[in-house]
Parts: sequence; structure tokens; C-alpha cells
Amino acid sequence: MIVDKIKKREIPQNNKSSKIDIPVGKWIKCDKCKEILYKDKVRENLNICPNCGNYFRMHINRRLEMIIDDGTYKKFNIDIETTNPLELEDYPKKLKSLREKTKLEEAVACGTGKIKGEEVVICIMDSGFLMGSMGVVVGEKITYAIEQAIDKKLPLIIFSVSGGARMQEGIISLMQMAKTTAALTKLDEAGLLYISVLTDPTYGGVTASFASLGDIILAEPKAMIGFAGQRVIEQTIGESLPEGFQTAEFLLEHGFIDKIVERKDLKDTIYDLILMSKRDVSVWT
Amino acid sequence: MKIKTAWEKVEIARNPKRKTSLDYIEEIFDNFIELHGDRTFKDDKAIVCGLGKIGNQNYTIIAEQKGRTTKENIERNFGMPNPESYRKAIRFMKQAEKFNRPVITFIDTKGAYPGIGAEERGQGEAIAKSMFEMAKLKVPVIAIVIGEGSSGGALAIGVANKVFMLENAIYSILSPEGYSSILWKDSSRYKEAAEKMKLTAKDLYDLNIIEKIIKEPEGEEQEVFEIIANELKKQIKKTISQMKKLSKEQICEDRYQKFRNIK
Repeated sequence: MIVDKIKKREIPQNNKSSKIDIPVGKWIKCDKCKEILYKDKVRENLNICPNCGNYFRMHINRRLEMIIDDGTYKKFNIDIETTNPLELEDYPKKLKSLREKTKLEEAVACGTGKIKGEEVVICIMDSGFLMGSMGVVVGEKITYAIEQAIDKKLPLIIFSVSGGARMQEGIISLMQMAKTTAALTKLDEAGLLYISVLTDPTYGGVTASFASLGDIILAEPKAMIGFAGQRVIEQTIGESLPEGFQTAEFLLEHGFIDKIVERKDLKDTIYDLILMSKRDVSVWT
Repeated sequence: MKIKTAWEKVEIARNPKRKTSLDYIEEIFDNFIELHGDRTFKDDKAIVCGLGKIGNQNYTIIAEQKGRTTKENIERNFGMPNPESYRKAIRFMKQAEKFNRPVITFIDTKGAYPGIGAEERGQGEAIAKSMFEMAKLKVPVIAIVIGEGSSGGALAIGVANKVFMLENAIYSILSPEGYSSILWKDSSRYKEAAEKMKLTAKDLYDLNIIEKIIKEPEGEEQEVFEIIANELKKQIKKTISQMKKLSKEQICEDRYQKFRNIK
């Protein structure tokens, strides 16, 4: 009956929180096919489930290994302390324990490095650090990286993974959207290439700022990408969401990304795009 | 006068009887002409755009608009813009530069609309692009938060040289309800969240995010409205005449530095 069809279905629970590859133990469970996997096997397979092809989220260091030529990465020498503008009691403690657990300073790492010999400025976010959320440090580091790309006349590559602006830093986090976006206007005016790579998941204030502003926007297969979270949308409209909503494939179909690229091909694709965006080697004149 | 709590201000900012953008626009500007449409998809009515004058000075006006009646609220999607609203705003920002008109924006929204169509048509991209175009403008931009300024949906038209805020308006990363639900997994702690979030005009002034607080005196509604509108008009005129001394590049750089320095 039609009534049954339009009846509200129960909102599915989001159970993706176990997707991060935590560097402890030898085994990992794929949250998609539920298979228990040997960690080294997953690692050999570019952090993709050998059983079902599900993409695992990656630690910054692993992503660097995959994209940047061995030994060429130079981290930018900027130390910015995470601030606590809302004076939340448990925020500094949480940051401290996260730093110990993840061996990361913050939710993004930025520096220069080479992709098959081509020098680039690279930023890589990490979902293991407060869901890759953007507070002052992330905003400041990304802005600094953009400024470095302008100074050094280098292409900029950003791998995004983020839940959005960081709640713990309130309105100051929100303002990082404007800060990073404004910096990108200068990169654009300088005629430099910016490739934005969206990985699972990219949401909120990151989608609504630098992640959506690439000259070229790439995404990993099946990555979840959107502005509003699915639960918020379902609660607002009072119905469940269509199959495949907010996947990379959905965004491609609607014209918001240039290309879906498999993990194994990302480095080659980015390299080709860099070469084909060089203004000084074009021979039409 | 009793000092209001942050939550009391949230309630004032959201009061359906509170004056909306169009009320202020009609009071402040002479000869306001509303212009419609994003030239791509539709005319989304949660943002109104148009031209107006104060004395001899022309302005481009971009404003988030809540409805003043239930019917109008439905038409205007309760002031929650779809991507087309931001694309309409972008169209008028570019035109403002072409005709050398300063841009005045009015911020009053619960946030960009979280819907299926909004996602299909690139809500995130629309907000990002709106901020991007705004950051590049070579004309002065003033943003005025008159009610609720919530999340990226507000900031999308908030990349201004100067941001003014009414005394009882709020400006935040998210609603207090959403904030307590995300951070504390408990949406019933919204009042506590409001106090913690630093969302009042005073908080934002102290954080150097806004440049001016516009006082809202107590008194008879119409009288208070006229006082506020007059003060806004005075401040717009004063700010624009000060910025006339700057070159186009300096105006753009001034805006860049304002946001660059938020740490």
C-alpha cells in the first residue's frame, strides 16, 4: 500500500565511529563486512578492506607515505598552541590525551613535499583527532600553508576529512571558514593550482569553505560528503534519506566534484593534473 | 536595567515579533528596489537583495529575511537559505563591485537549510563561494547581525570590513540546542550551552569578531525600532565615509586582515 511506502522509516543509527585505524593490536574489524582482518594485510592493500573493498580512514603518516615521495616531506615549522576560548574545563585534558593516543599534534599536518618529483604544498587532515574538526590551529595551519604556496609559487593539495568547525572553540572556529577562504582568493589571484581531495567523511564548515573551493575537486569512492549531517536533515524534513545520498558518487552526479579516484591512482592522477596545469609549458602561442 | 542572561538574549533574538531585515531596510534606505533571482535556478526568498540610497550614496543590500507572518515564513523558509539564496547574493556582490556600490548585509538566520534539495544543489559550495566572492570585493562591506546569526549560513554573508551587532542579537557556531547535543550528547542542556558559547554581542566584541554593538534601549516597540534604525543609518554613513579614504586594494586588504587575525 502507498501509505506503507510513505510511512516514516526509523532513522538509522550512525555506526561509523569505529572506522579509524587505531595503531594498536594486530587485528582490525571492517565495519562494513564485519570481517576480522590482519592489520598488515589491510596496510598492504592501501588501508582498503581486502574482503569487501571498504575504504578505511587513514592516519596522516600513512597518507603521506602514499602521496609524497619518500624523504621529501618537510613539515612547516609553525607551532600554534590550541587555545580554549570558551574556557571549557575538559577541553585541554582531552587534547592532551588525544595527542598521546594519536601521536598527532592536531587534526591537520602541513608542509612541502614532492609528488613524483613535483614540489607541492600539502595539507592532510586526520579524523582521529576530534573528527578532523577545524578550530584555530587547523584554520591557522591551512591559511599558513596557502600563504606558503603563494610565496613559493607551488601547487596546493589538501586532503580533507572533517566533521566541520570545532564545537569546543565556538565562534572562533566558525571564523576559520572565512579566514581559509579569504586566503584562497589570494592563491587564485596568483594563478596557482589548488587540488582539493575529499575523503570520508567531509562535512559542515570544511565542506562550506576550503574543501569546496579547489580548481579541481577529487574524492575517494563512496566517501560521505555534505554540508548538513544526515541526522539533522532527517529530523528537519521528517523522512528518511534516499539511497546513496551524500556519497562521492552522488556529488559527482550533481556536478560538485570533478572526479572520483581510487586510492591506488590518487598519486598518479594528482601528478598528471599538476603537469597539465602548468602555465609556462603550454605551447599554443 | 536587569542584565540579561545569554539564554534570555537567544529568546529575544528569536522572538517572531522581532523586527526583520526588511523592516530595517525600509527604514534606513531611501528608494529601496528589491531585485530577484540567481539566474540559474530560482528566486529563493530567504535572502532578499536590492539597491537603496542614503543621501547621494548608493548601496547594494543583501539580507536574510524571516517571515513576519506564518504565510510569509513559509514563503521564506523561516529565513533558512537554500543554495540559490547564496548564489543570488553572489550575483549582487559582483554587481556591487561593477557599479562601485558599498555592500550592506543583514544577518538573521537559524542557519542554511538542511534539506535534500539543498545538498543536491551544493549548499556547502554555495556558502564557500559566497564567502570567497565577498572576501575579494573591492568595495566596503558592512554586515549587521540583527537577530540570530547561526553557523555557516550566517557567515556566508558575513565576510565584512566591519560587523555591527544589535545588543540582543546572537552570533554563534551553531544553535545552543545543537551545540549541547553535539558536545554533551544532551540537547536538554541548551541553556547552559548558551551561557558557555560566547554568543552575545558583548562576548563577540571582546573576542574582536565584531566592531560595534548597537544599543537596544527599553521602551515602546516602534520608538525603540526607530532609535535602532537611526543609529544604524548613522553608523553606516560614518563607516563608509571613513572608508572613502582607502584605495580599493586597501579596502580588500583591510577585510582580509580582519579575518586573518582571528586566532
